[in-house]
Amino acid sequence: MSSLFEEIGGEAAVDAAVNVFYRIVLADERINHFFEDTDMERQAAKQKAFLTFAFGGPNNYSGKDMRAAHAPLVEKGLNEGHFNAVAEDLTQALQELNVPENLIDQVIATAASTKNDVLGL
Amino acid sequence: MPELSFENNTYPLDKQESVLECLHRNGIAIPSSCLSGVCQSCMMRSVQGDPPEVAQKGLKDTWRSQGFFLACQCRTDESLSVARTDNADLRVKATLTSIKALSQNVIEVRMQPEQPIDYRPGQFMNFVLDDGVIRSYSVASVPALHEQLEFHVALMPNGKMSGWLENEASPGDSISLQGPMGSCFYTPNNSQQPLLLVGTGTGLAPLYGIVRDALQAGHDAPIHLFHGSVEESGLYHVEVLQQLAEEHAHFSYTPCTLKPGKNSEIECGDISELALKQYPDLKGWRVFLCGHPDTVKILQRKVFMAGANMNDILADAFLPSQQ
Repeated sequence: MSSLFEEIGGEAAVDAAVNVFYRIVLADERINHFFEDTDMERQAAKQKAFLTFAFGGPNNYSGKDMRAAHAPLVEKGLNEGHFNAVAEDLTQALQELNVPENLIDQVIATAASTKNDVLGL
Repeated sequence: MPELSFENNTYPLDKQESVLECLHRNGIAIPSSCLSGVCQSCMMRSVQGDPPEVAQKGLKDTWRSQGFFLACQCRTDESLSVARTDNADLRVKATLTSIKALSQNVIEVRMQPEQPIDYRPGQFMNFVLDDGVIRSYSVASVPALHEQLEFHVALMPNGKMSGWLENEASPGDSISLQGPMGSCFYTPNNSQQPLLLVGTGTGLAPLYGIVRDALQAGHDAPIHLFHGSVEESGLYHVEVLQQLAEEHAHFSYTPCTLKPGKNSEIECGDISELALKQYPDLKGWRVFLCGHPDTVKILQRKVFMAGANMNDILADAFLPSQQ
């Protein structure tokens, strides 16, 4: 049986998704203020790492890193509403890329597992 | 606390400080310039211990494997023993062949390296003087067309390198070069892809190289270069580029200034708005952005939102020297 990562299309799918997803996030007024000063190339690399993880691919996911990376944002008011907005944006990106709904559900479930680390709970 | 060993001494290394900061704090002079992990002026070699990945970003594999790293980016909680790099490994001597003014505040510098340097137009190199001053400049020449290297140097107030080039240096003088570095260059893998190039000030140097490289490689799709400056006096090579546009039907050139000027052929306005107004949909385009860091950053986001993919946006922000 092939893995979720293979079913979605592997690294090429991640690259395509990073562009679509990141564009939706930057246009999303609910959350784009968190990205005003970010270095786009570095941020895209982080998005790629995150999506590789969410797609069930080979990854170096560390809850500790995720927690540390988002701590400054939590101080600026990052909350569950923002987290859910990102999840919605990710769903929209995957729909635009014609990923089947059952796979989208799996990706969102994996992404949702990071919630406590991202929000520092 | 981790320790830093260097030239028979050992220093406590604070987790928050870089190897460069630690050495400077202890009165040891190590050349540096951008302090952002880009210019590679502060390259050192680890003799014992592994530098973190981030401190080796952008270095050639052969250098990484020898333990080379960038001291300004090296923060670690492990002890390291480090050494100065042997400059002979990293640098090539070159002889200045001409220095001429391109505008009120830009000079063109040409030089002949003592041994061939394998570079791509658009990459940058470090000029190194004997007294340790290091500055980065983009290469404007094209290997297939030119034997010599060509650079455009912005004259900075009290600039250590630009001042030396403008006032003291003359053809025949020698200078050391380090590099090339950077990944903002043309690759001939898709000649059907339209190219947008936007640069301010001497950000024209890499773009001028990239345009000629693409034309030389037979790039078929449209190529459009926008060059901007605050005032007309900051523009240069206007006629050269107009001539190039006349010779190549698929190459267009738009000089522009932020402040209104006398020349009606020069557009007036914000360069990012002018470029995006003409090209609101950049899906499938390859984009090159060079020059002032703020303009590059704004453009990166705008062209991405206009549809260009991250991998197709190549940027070179000219970071001011911090030394």
